[in-house]
Amino acid sequence: MKFKSVFDIIGPIMIGPSSSHTAGAARIGLVTRELFGRQPKWAKIYLYGSFAETYKGHGTDIAIIGGLLGFDTFDERIKTSFELAKDANLSFEFIPETGHTEHPNTARLVIGDESGEMELIGISIGGGKIEISELNGFPLRLSGNHSAILVVHEDKSGSIAKVATCLAEQNINIGHMEVSRKEQGKMALMVIEVDEPIEDYVLKQIALLPYINQVTKISD
Amino acid sequence: MKFLFRNVKELVALATSENKLISELMIEQEMLVTRRSREDIMKQMDRNLTVMEEAVEKGLKGVQSTSGLTGGDAVLLHNYMKKGNTLSGALLIDAVSKAVATNEVNAAMGTICATPTAGSAGVVPGTLFAVQNKLNPTREEMIRYLFTAGAFGFVVANNASISGAAGGCQAEVGSAAAMAAAAIVEMSGGTPQQCSEAFAISMKNMLGLVCDPVAGLVEVPCVKRNAMGAANALVSADMALAGVTSRIPCDEVIDAMYKIGQTMPSSLRETGQGGLAATPTGRALAERIFGADFVKGV
Repeated sequence: MKFKSVFDIIGPIMIGPSSSHTAGAARIGLVTRELFGRQPKWAKIYLYGSFAETYKGHGTDIAIIGGLLGFDTFDERIKTSFELAKDANLSFEFIPETGHTEHPNTARLVIGDESGEMELIGISIGGGKIEISELNGFPLRLSGNHSAILVVHEDKSGSIAKVATCLAEQNINIGHMEVSRKEQGKMALMVIEVDEPIEDYVLKQIALLPYINQVTKISD
Repeated sequence: MKFLFRNVKELVALATSENKLISELMIEQEMLVTRRSREDIMKQMDRNLTVMEEAVEKGLKGVQSTSGLTGGDAVLLHNYMKKGNTLSGALLIDAVSKAVATNEVNAAMGTICATPTAGSAGVVPGTLFAVQNKLNPTREEMIRYLFTAGAFGFVVANNASISGAAGGCQAEVGSAAAMAAAAIVEMSGGTPQQCSEAFAISMKNMLGLVCDPVAGLVEVPCVKRNAMGAANALVSADMALAGVTSRIPCDEVIDAMYKIGQTMPSSLRETGQGGLAATPTGRALAERIFGADFVKGV
């Protein structure tokens, strides 16, 4: 069941004109910013399928930039996000691609600043709902509708159990979890959607566990 | 995760056996899945309803989109309705004018509530605010209307699609019309089974509808398709309330919609490349708005 809440159907409250191309695009930008942990300084945005064909008319571009600036789907500032990006020192480029993707509304965002880079693939699946299908080359499925934590870790036995135990000790229930790796024994990624809000001290505890390289939180 | 219903058959069976409204089952499922309180869930839907009311109010005063393609038709319709000589009846034209009002606001980048999408956001509120004058519902009953529509939309979104890019306009305005038809039936006192019949009748008459927006904008023909979606919903609801049933069960109609969407060429799924977008006038409008380079790719 991709759609879990009635508010995926009746909602979101948003600035028009398209839930897939405007609201969904803003959410992809917003989740990207949250995963990066701060506002990026530059962004290269590759658009595929219907995104590539119609992004100008739907305001997909201003919505993604609005999201990167931290604006939600109903934020009127989305309309002037290009000007606001200048003030916020965010430079960007949109590149419509002709290649085929699994879903027609797909965007690949490469963002960064002086201290890091990140690459993410977001898809807008209808009604303003999105999924993140890839992060820094790791395949994943993340709705952006629940609180979630992303843990970059070494592919060693016991690392997943330790993180799960840490969450259990805080009475945090795991709703959905995925683990992926590029190569056995090397870097791996845990995506954990949780039912309860996560306090920052829990993230710090996880970060101190063995084989853990990075911990990021995204809120719903 | 536990869901109370995954398709319309389960939804209607549960509502009938427990003697509950479909809207009630949607609220209960939301509480179960999100662990939020009833009060919290009702409050959020109340806010959605307020946004819908504000959008209609704004649209009936008259708005214009940046492209100039749409705007002002809601005012024309409303004035025409007030003269009292409508052929199809005041309630129907009232619904149509309010559906158009919402989508004109959407096209003008105003604030709307997606139901189930932005491009199809006019149908559910348009019909709601029109039947409101006839049925005099309480605020809670109006909120429930949105949960009934949401329950059917939930099934469509999970078992088929509500994305024009994936399934054409039948997935958007088609779903919206069918959701509205079911919600009208519940508000009118019809049974859960009649809600499902109304949904099926409405959706059957939207099958095959393509998504072919001129210049790729959610304007032409989207605004007028919302008008017809509202009209379709009202007629379908009346048919179901009269006792007319659908020979093809609701879930099979939803499945047919999904399969039709999958076989629809990409040019007719929100790419702005086929159908009305590819007509000489459609292309000329796109060129006027975005310039010749844009149209060359079309």
